Amino acid sequence: MTRTPLRPLARILQARASGENPDLIERENLAWRHEVIRDRGRARSEGRLLFLAIFFMLAFSLVGGRMGVIAASQPQEPKAEASGAQILATRADITDRNGRILATNMLTHALYAHPKDMVDPARVARELVELFPDMDQAALEKRFTDGRSFLWLRRVLSPEQMQAVHDIGDPGLLFGPREVRLYPNGPIAAHVLGGASFGAEGVHSAEVIGTAGIEKAMDARLRDPAQSGPLQLSLDLTVQATVEEVLYGGMVMMKAKGAAAILMDVRTGEIISLASLPDFDPNDRPAPITDKTAEPGDSPLFNRAVQGMYELGSTFKIFAAAQAMDLGLMNPETMVDANAPMRWGKHLIKEFKGKNYGPLLSVTDVIVQSSNVGTAHIALQIGGLRQQAFLKQLGFFDPSPIELIEAPGAKPLIPARWPDIVTITTSYGHGMSASPMHLATAYAAIANGGIAIKPTLLKRDTPAQGIRVMSADTAAKSVSMLRQVVTRGTASYGDVEGYAVAGKTGTADKPKKTGGYYKDKVINTFATIFPANNPRYVLIVTLDEPVEDSGPEVRRTAGYTAVPVAAEVIRRVAPLLGLRPEVDFTPVDQITAVVEDNH
Amino acid sequence: MRPLLYLVTFAAVMALAFWAYRENYATQESLREVRNLQSEIADLREALALQRAEWAYLNRPDRLRELVSINFDRLKLLPLEPGQFGNVAQVALPAPKLPLILDPVDVMGPMTDDNGESLP
Repeated sequence: MTRTPLRPLARILQARASGENPDLIERENLAWRHEVIRDRGRARSEGRLLFLAIFFMLAFSLVGGRMGVIAASQPQEPKAEASGAQILATRADITDRNGRILATNMLTHALYAHPKDMVDPARVARELVELFPDMDQAALEKRFTDGRSFLWLRRVLSPEQMQAVHDIGDPGLLFGPREVRLYPNGPIAAHVLGGASFGAEGVHSAEVIGTAGIEKAMDARLRDPAQSGPLQLSLDLTVQATVEEVLYGGMVMMKAKGAAAILMDVRTGEIISLASLPDFDPNDRPAPITDKTAEPGDSPLFNRAVQGMYELGSTFKIFAAAQAMDLGLMNPETMVDANAPMRWGKHLIKEFKGKNYGPLLSVTDVIVQSSNVGTAHIALQIGGLRQQAFLKQLGFFDPSPIELIEAPGAKPLIPARWPDIVTITTSYGHGMSASPMHLATAYAAIANGGIAIKPTLLKRDTPAQGIRVMSADTAAKSVSMLRQVVTRGTASYGDVEGYAVAGKTGTADKPKKTGGYYKDKVINTFATIFPANNPRYVLIVTLDEPVEDSGPEVRRTAGYTAVPVAAEVIRRVAPLLGLRPEVDFTPVDQITAVVEDNH
Repeated sequence: MRPLLYLVTFAAVMALAFWAYRENYATQESLREVRNLQSEIADLREALALQRAEWAYLNRPDRLRELVSINFDRLKLLPLEPGQFGNVAQVALPAPKLPLILDPVDVMGPMTDDNGESLP
């Protein structure tokens, strides 16, 4: 571009010659130059504005177009992506604490019929009855021909049965897929698992719902598709199987009607094993007994460990002793009146077989000898109100919080009024009933240094938080007393070498329905804490109507029935729990060992 | 110059169209494969669940206990008992190795018999 000078010499000279002002020429040129600059600037601004307008128009039309597409199109799963986290519509598995399967699902088929599509209803009915003898041929044929268009025949078919039905070859017989609940371990932990059945049923699927036990109590968790992964219980399958095996052996040997055992970790409150015998197979859950005269305990479905409300007998005595020590009323050496029989109003409190351990016994010996009269005097010093408050703290007044559907309904049987005679009888475990689970929870509080924790069936990794119900010192003294029951008291058969078992026996006469007590029917309980020097586990073993008649004398006390069974359970289970026995190994001279090895 | 440019552009458009056509079919093929794989994964998951159930069924404690008692003469398996725990002190130290034979004289015998006569 050629730049025009502001004062072109030719025009200046011309203007000077004609007497005009040459500065005007300069002004004119300057104005002209500014005009050019302005024009150029405007053009550039216009270009920028246009560019911005186009940019915003494109941006907004892109957003608008995308919105339109999203609004107008059908939603679709991204097809090209591999699905990472699975949302499964199936019921969650249940595993034990080591991940071994306790309950899982299996795909089978249900059989239904479209009678209108049937070629030969009579033949189908005949061949179906051959396959399934429980069907009624006449009724089946009638239902095939009465004009209905849909009919359920069988809820679950095994693959072999399905093939056999296929071989009938009638187009009116159809199959729908079914997920069924499978308990691969059979009757092991049956009372914990409960069982499952079908809820709403359709042709293409059916709802699986829990009917009892943890399957029903945790139904929402098991069915929640958002909570992936199996439900891990605190049970240990190996320990559970061992406990059930030993308990069954003990039950048969002691001719008992039933038995229950609970093994609980005192630090976390986890139930490692919960057994109730007789048991059942949850894959084929028996129907409940409808007979009105039958006792609930007659059904194998009855969970003795949680639902069974028993007078737990002398196992309660330690609570009176512990409370008296915690209140500072006594120490283990305090002498208490144990002069039997003791008269209270119109009641006579006697010892086992009319013995008399008195006139005075130390608190420790009251527990070791299991003196009813001594415990009664301790309880009277504590008083009914404080006794009730203590038992309530230990959980004896409320249903157990364990995650079983049966638990909330199993409320301990507490006397409505609490006169002194109830204080006395409760102190040695008569007059009020509770389940073995309640007893395990209360003993766990003693074993856990006086802190009461909630029992749970779900795996917990950290020690549970709880409330302190007695001082650590009282708890330690109580465990020491219980240890002496085993070393020199009523539970001498309970000693397992290396595991320092501490425990208390309890023998309670069974109450008659008509009132009063049976003379020859007892509930025997042995509540143990082991190892005593560093309590880790509580084991409760209860036998229903046991009798030990191998010798000349027929014995029905817990010391001869429940105690040996519990000792065998500990002997078998403690190594499985990884507990090392504290035995004095014969010191081996290292040099001798080397020489022996040289051969 | 200009005809050549047109020709090159046209050829490029044709090549791109061909490429896009092939890509389209390749994508559809991949999607079909993904669909098949996903249904295969679902089937395998189901089979896996069934095999886990079978594994648990075959390893149920009752069956293992029966197998142990049936095969007792061969396996001699017994329940774990407290007496099976040991002490580290009970484990024997490894035996010291024989010292290396460095001096050949140590292992040589005299070349005479008991009567002092030299052997052949």
